[in-house]
Amino acid sequence: MNATGIYGLMAEFDAPESLLEAARRAYREGYRHMEAYTPYPIEGLPEAIGFYHNRVALCVLVAGLVGALSGYLLQYWISVIDYPLNVGGRPFHSWPAFIPVTFEMGILFGAFGAVIGMLALNGLPRPHHPVFNVSRFELASRDRFFLCIEARDPKFDRAATEQFLRSLGPQEVHEVEE
Amino acid sequence: MSSVTPDAVNKSKALEPVGPLIGPGHTFGSVTDKISGAVLTRRTPLGWFVVFGVAFTLVMILMLAVAYLFSIGVGIWGINIPVGWGFAIINFVWWIGIGHAGTLISAILLLLRQEWRTSISRFAEAMTLFAVACAGLFPLLHMGRPWLFYWLLPYPSTMGVWPQFRSPLVWDVFAISTYGTVSLLFWYVGLIPDLATMRDRAKARLAQIIYGVLAMGWRGSAVHWHRYETASLLLAGLATPLVVSVHSIVSFDFAVSIVPGWHTTIFPPYFVAGAIYSGFAMVLTLAIPIRKMYKMEDLITLRHLDTMAKVMLATGLIVAYGYMMEAFMAWYSGDPYEQYMTWNRMTGPYAPTYWALILCNVLIPQLLWSRRVRTHVPLLFVIALIVNVGMWLERFVIVITSLHRDFLPSSWGMYYPTIWDWATYFGTIGLFLALMFLFIRVLPMISIFETRHTLAREKERAALRGALPSAVPGD
Repeated sequence: MNATGIYGLMAEFDAPESLLEAARRAYREGYRHMEAYTPYPIEGLPEAIGFYHNRVALCVLVAGLVGALSGYLLQYWISVIDYPLNVGGRPFHSWPAFIPVTFEMGILFGAFGAVIGMLALNGLPRPHHPVFNVSRFELASRDRFFLCIEARDPKFDRAATEQFLRSLGPQEVHEVEE
Repeated sequence: MSSVTPDAVNKSKALEPVGPLIGPGHTFGSVTDKISGAVLTRRTPLGWFVVFGVAFTLVMILMLAVAYLFSIGVGIWGINIPVGWGFAIINFVWWIGIGHAGTLISAILLLLRQEWRTSISRFAEAMTLFAVACAGLFPLLHMGRPWLFYWLLPYPSTMGVWPQFRSPLVWDVFAISTYGTVSLLFWYVGLIPDLATMRDRAKARLAQIIYGVLAMGWRGSAVHWHRYETASLLLAGLATPLVVSVHSIVSFDFAVSIVPGWHTTIFPPYFVAGAIYSGFAMVLTLAIPIRKMYKMEDLITLRHLDTMAKVMLATGLIVAYGYMMEAFMAWYSGDPYEQYMTWNRMTGPYAPTYWALILCNVLIPQLLWSRRVRTHVPLLFVIALIVNVGMWLERFVIVITSLHRDFLPSSWGMYYPTIWDWATYFGTIGLFLALMFLFIRVLPMISIFETRHTLAREKERAALRGALPSAVPGD
């Protein structure tokens, strides 16, 4: 919650280039708490609003290693310690035979790491969000491009920010209710 | 695109792609409305009811066959010693192979930045999922006591017994279940932005709620897209070695044994190529009627069909090489059992299936060298069907001819499938088609957001071409 009582201001564009340009100008203007909404991923847009690194890859790496390791240890513990089986005189710790399951477990955990990591970092599932209060926002999943400057941005000012957004040549500027 | 000499332009004319990836006149809005409209607003085409009706009938036959199997046992099938594997394993390998093209299209082609995959990837991923479901049924049904299937999994049982991890059959359990799970995850992640589109387009309250819950509140934020794209790429990177490993492990089921005709190192690569071959054939078999039924010719264009036909030709040649090497190695090994097995395959009681396989998988697909054949849609459909049959015959030949006459002539025998074998097999085809048609009825069959993305790139390229007239051929 903040003094203005709204979530932010949202400018609507009809072309990806206009949004990209607007995002760059807003960043140059000093705005930091903003978000762009688009119907498909646009190259350079996250960077334009100041977002460079994401930790999804790290989630995958950690999950994948945990999966592979647990797969191997499971087989080692079963085949060597708890239930040793003599198969044609082969060593109990016959590691080459353990590779396929180790590999599959690594992939399985890694895939869950990618999906759960991506969703968790994105804060999803989140069925409701203030941006959905804008009725035109349903076009963000069709053919419209939105730039939202949030009220929590220190530089946010109801009138000045609106004027700035209008100067970017949008189709419309919407107020986003909390 | 950098420096193209006029000479190179002339030469590349012959290699130019067959038409565009997306038909002319489309905008972000129109592709969105068209693909989501196929589910939300368009009247379901008559063809859908016909195919679904037939498929559903087959599902009922499958139910009957499975119920009878559970009450009597695997004795209702044609399997017996020496041929203990029969249809169950043939169909299992066939279905898994079909699934692989879906992963190839969605994962490997994503990594290779092959944009033409966009129109068919969703579709192919769904195909993977349903094919794996059909495949998974067979080992379970084949178990004799399927209600004890959980004995396959490593769990602390009161009997104190654990699986034997040196056996490829146990690797198979892990490979197939991982493959099914990862395919589901990949498919669902690909659907999330499109489910959001469906949520925003749907008019009915119930549809809005269902799509809304499934979309998990996706709002297309740039930061979300950034993580989303990373996750998709990494999933593709994981799925690529996975698909190769899965069919390699399936081939180990055979290759690790000492049965003549199975004990060979060429099995893993040749199984993987065969899987992709049959998978592309199945994508074509489904895509050709569905694009017609739903009038999607401007999104699944001739260019897509042409490219898929080329992949089919290439993998078909790898498979043909595999057949050649099998025969060569049998002769070169000097092993009398291997030599007899190959001779028996070609001239023994099952020789017709072998030669039908060569006809379907090696000879007829050579027509695909011709561009006219590749862009002749009905002919391409027929060739795809023939390849599907050919790949099934390949598995039949591998499983049956190797088992029915192995080392001791006194233990030779014949295998004849019973009506219940056929009923189960056709039943799973029905299950597959029914699931596939339900999928295209309730979910967007083409990835909408990726189509928008492709459209944006096509526009950029068109603008570039306009700026540099005649300098840039094709794309």
